[in-house]
Amino acid sequence: MKTIVDVKSLTKNFPVGAGFFTALKDVSLQFNEGEFAGLVGPSGSGKTTLLNIIGSLDVPSKGEVVVLQRSVGKLSPKEAAKLRKEELGFIFQSYNLLPVYTVFENVEFPLLLLNMTAEERKERVMETLKWVGLTDKVKSRPAQLSGGECQRVAIARAMVKRPVLVLADEPTANLDSKNSHNILQTMLKLNEELKTSFVFATHDEKVISYLKRIIRLEDGKVVADELIAKPSK
Amino acid sequence: MIKFLFKGLIRDKSRSLLPIIVVAIGVMMTVFMQAYMHGVFYDSIESAARFTSGHVKVVTNAYKENLSQMPNDYAMTDIGGVLEQLNAALPDMEWTDRIMFGGLLDAPDSMGTTRAQGNVGGAGIHLLGTEDEIIRMDLKSKLISGRFPEKSGELLITNELFKKMKLQLGDPVTLISSTMYGDMAMYNFTVCGTLHFGVSAIDKGMIYADMEDVRMALNMEDAAGEILGFFKDAPYENDKAHAVADQFNAENTDEADVFSLTMMPMSMTNGMDFMITYAENAQLIVILIFVFAMSIVLWNAGLLGGLRRYGEFGLRLAIGENKHETYRSLVGEAVLVGLVGSVIGIAFGLFFAYLIQEHGIDAGDIIKDSTIMMPTVFRAQINTTTYYIGFIPGILSTVIGAMLAGIGIYKRQTANLFKELQA
Repeated sequence: MKTIVDVKSLTKNFPVGAGFFTALKDVSLQFNEGEFAGLVGPSGSGKTTLLNIIGSLDVPSKGEVVVLQRSVGKLSPKEAAKLRKEELGFIFQSYNLLPVYTVFENVEFPLLLLNMTAEERKERVMETLKWVGLTDKVKSRPAQLSGGECQRVAIARAMVKRPVLVLADEPTANLDSKNSHNILQTMLKLNEELKTSFVFATHDEKVISYLKRIIRLEDGKVVADELIAKPSK
Repeated sequence: MIKFLFKGLIRDKSRSLLPIIVVAIGVMMTVFMQAYMHGVFYDSIESAARFTSGHVKVVTNAYKENLSQMPNDYAMTDIGGVLEQLNAALPDMEWTDRIMFGGLLDAPDSMGTTRAQGNVGGAGIHLLGTEDEIIRMDLKSKLISGRFPEKSGELLITNELFKKMKLQLGDPVTLISSTMYGDMAMYNFTVCGTLHFGVSAIDKGMIYADMEDVRMALNMEDAAGEILGFFKDAPYENDKAHAVADQFNAENTDEADVFSLTMMPMSMTNGMDFMITYAENAQLIVILIFVFAMSIVLWNAGLLGGLRRYGEFGLRLAIGENKHETYRSLVGEAVLVGLVGSVIGIAFGLFFAYLIQEHGIDAGDIIKDSTIMMPTVFRAQINTTTYYIGFIPGILSTVIGAMLAGIGIYKRQTANLFKELQA
């Protein structure tokens, strides 16, 4: 299987006062195409930091992270933006939809950055909204949606450009159990049908029960990396 | 993309309507203040122009050399012809001739011997058959007692001198002066009214009589010391006055002839140069301070507007927009908000300035005991600057504020911007 993310001896330090706080210590990992994997660990274990670096939102202090043959630490801001624009999708804990835009417009936004024509955009957005079951909400604003619906819009926004890799940071943290399962089933379906890779940062048992690979982090170190032959869900 | 961002701007009232209102209010105040300050300063200059200097003044070369002494022996003759020539050459201006003079005012007792005497400065102005000069010099507001001359031989006198000489309205007085030929002149007047200007130098001893009476008294038939010119329905403009004077002098002035006519712009008479420069500079300083203060307010508004959106920027960067695009859209929005706010603010500012320009603020009761000669009605005055000054705080400050706020987009790690979104 093709490797899409290669994390080599990654260390990440953050300045704190006169010294440094080390969020990740010598982490090495690989993610392959089509994975449904999760970075699991308590708060402060380094999950989000690792996700940010893989997503080229941050850079390594030491070591190297190669995403789709591009070394994140060596990318210019413009190249990093191009990588995110074309290949990566993000899903966040608090949805982060743009409140003044409709569901359609929120999902359309990544396609505008790709300079697609209006017709192409409409077709792609409607198709994506169909996957997440929101075709009847295209003209609604985020304030008119439930939490679960908002997160489905966020998934659609991440998926609309057909990314190779989706990075999801605590995607179910603000959802109830029923909505969490709905969301995870939607993502699992997309993973299986489109072969899109998903990497989660989570400590939610509901998410963990869907994962096909669990990487446990503690104090910035990988303490376990296990493949789940048959996820419980 | 532009359409998408514009849609967001229009829908998000806190990004569009609110900043536009703030900008419009700031710009409106700036525009109004500029017009008001301009009006107040130039009213003072206008006041001086109406009393002494005109917007331009025509005299002879020799008179000009000794202007402060009002040397009527160098007065202009054939004044009717000169006025005709000026009206024909410069029809956009109003012209009026005056005679300024000095002398002694003598009040006789019932026996005809001197009861009181006083030094006076005097002015011969057109008072009979026309109200032009009374209106121009706003003499109605300065009349304390009595009335304006209604027939030949009547005289207005400043109230202070009137009291000092223990005069009564209707008392006869004799002006003792010199004719334009250097002979002694004596002429009898009757006091018909008293004036108060609020300027001690004038109030101490000034008389006003009709032009023809003064001509008779000083033997200046068809002559006048000065001709004052005023731009019709327009305030004093230094450059314009200089241009008019330069053209007149180029065509009419013979430096070698002491009686040749010469025209002076207001800034070249009676130390008015300093007053005009002072007025312009003081006005500029006050306006700059105000524009600066408004700029800080609007700059802050732009800055806060930008800072509030760091989270949104983080999201847009995460989705794949690059920092330049985000920054450009932030500045573009600020330009649009600044432009719309400025146009609205300028429109309202001009409207209020126009109202004050037309109707004025009557401060007559407040300044009736003032010791400074100033107009009783304060008016704004719209000029070219009024139309564009609002754009300085309106667009420039808003955009600079947004640009400074946007620097954070570059300085912060994308992940940090992103954390603000999550917060």
